[in-house]
Amino acid sequence: MSNPPALAFAQVSFTYGGSSNGIEDCSFAVPEGSITAILGPNGAGKTTLLHLALGWLQPASGCISLFGKQLGAYTPRDRGITQSLLPQKEPTGFEFTVLEYALLGRAPHLKSLVPPGERDIRIATNALARTTILPLQDQSISKLSGGETQLLLLARSLTQQPKLLLLDEPMNHLDLKHRRGMLDLLQDWRASGKTAVLTTHNPDTAALLADHLILVFPGGGMRSGTFADLFTEENLSSVYGLPIRTVTHEDRRFLLY
Amino acid sequence: MLPLLSAILVVATLTALLLGRYPRPGFTSPLSLLSDPLARKVLFHLRLPRVLVSILLGMTLGCGGAVFQLIFSNPLVEPGFLGVSQGAAFGAAIAILLFGGSLPFIQAFSALCGILGLVLAYRLARKIRFGGWLLRLILSGLAVSALFSAGIGIVKFAADPLTQLPEITFWLLGGLSHVSWAELVSILPAVFIGLTLLMLFRWRVNLLTLSDETSFALGTPPERIRLVLILTTTVSVASVISVSGIVLWLGLIVPHLARRIFGADGRYSLPGSLIIGGLFALICDTLARMVLPGEIPLGIMSSLLGAVLFALIMTRRGFRA
Repeated sequence: MSNPPALAFAQVSFTYGGSSNGIEDCSFAVPEGSITAILGPNGAGKTTLLHLALGWLQPASGCISLFGKQLGAYTPRDRGITQSLLPQKEPTGFEFTVLEYALLGRAPHLKSLVPPGERDIRIATNALARTTILPLQDQSISKLSGGETQLLLLARSLTQQPKLLLLDEPMNHLDLKHRRGMLDLLQDWRASGKTAVLTTHNPDTAALLADHLILVFPGGGMRSGTFADLFTEENLSSVYGLPIRTVTHEDRRFLLY
Repeated sequence: MLPLLSAILVVATLTALLLGRYPRPGFTSPLSLLSDPLARKVLFHLRLPRVLVSILLGMTLGCGGAVFQLIFSNPLVEPGFLGVSQGAAFGAAIAILLFGGSLPFIQAFSALCGILGLVLAYRLARKIRFGGWLLRLILSGLAVSALFSAGIGIVKFAADPLTQLPEITFWLLGGLSHVSWAELVSILPAVFIGLTLLMLFRWRVNLLTLSDETSFALGTPPERIRLVLILTTTVSVASVISVSGIVLWLGLIVPHLARRIFGADGRYSLPGSLIIGGLFALICDTLARMVLPGEIPLGIMSSLLGAVLFALIMTRRGFRA
């Protein structure tokens, strides 16, 4: 391993001012070119981990690094070029068009007072094409379905051209066909040498995509490692607090519960 | 659409200069300017500064309203809602009470109290212990506005009902009848710098409509740029209403019209609000000064026309350019 990990947590602790669901002494490394799934039940702190990785939340102690460099040493703009976030929900009060919205992803690449130009528009339309919603580019975002909105958020993340994609429950709102599209896109993303970290409460998503796992246990414990090592009946049962069996069919792992 | 509206604004400006009640109500023929020195004087010393101030007023309120609505992700805010409008009104009322309506005093007091209103609202918002930052700002804006409007009530109560009260009432309804070159010059720096800044940020302001963490993820931590834009807007709004009095409806409605025509993206909706605001205030003020022998308060005129225009445009389909 010569390259530094895309994302590394070292003994990171965090609490939301006294409330119980904090994070204690969390360490893991996400290798570059991998897809890592943060897997755990609802409310276990998966989104908190992503927000820490984003730099939006500050750890109480410990150290987070991004491609070998301390997260705090990045300028906001460099951070925005290096990683992007697909948020779990996003309030959208105004009637932007789909293209205008995707173009917001160019923000970290542009100087404060410079509006996006031709090249930015080309990058945004490419991203919309990759997420299959280019035909909607002139439509108002308030008219999109839940799944289309999710694809738009993904397109905005791609428009950011990051090296690391952070995705908070990316499969939310997607029907089967769009799910397949999202899976293909993320697999292509990895094939091109880039990195993704996603949260999911659904082990099937992790089984379809991830080569590395971070398991978040209900009590606040955490384990990280390769998919093959961690995706066991025993671990899953204790993450979800109910007995789980797995079966393999056509090289795919399925859960029975 | 924008070039067209700008052209209309230029034509409207030239036309407005020739409209008025001298030498007789209606149109002043350009030819009479050559022969009548008084007509030239009326045009250059009364109408021209007033026309320019009305345009600046509309541009500032329109554009400021558009920026505020985007920043607060709330289509119901107007650019003075953070304590600024009511603060300015209170300042003007106090000045009328204490100094008997000397114009420079009114202007200075209302500008200062307007900004004081923002400072109070901002500090109160920092102390409120619940809710997100924007909600806290909105709530404290409401509270500070209520405080100042209570203050206005007290001043009105204490004012001389024959001399001071009518003047306070008239100021609260807004108007530009007293405007000369001096007023134009006094607001020009703040308005020019303010509008230039808002225009420069016209794309980036879009990011502030997103949630704070998304804006952060896009490499634009929202706090600083939000503070800059709120301050800029407030200072220019306080300076125009210190001259015009309270003309609120304009800052609320113009951004809606602009978004309806140009879409939400600030790249188009901010310049759109600028031009529509200028045009709208110019038309209202021109009518306010020429329809009746006496002056119709600008606040009344703009509410009247604004409501009609609003109903017309918002109920139309497919207006989007």
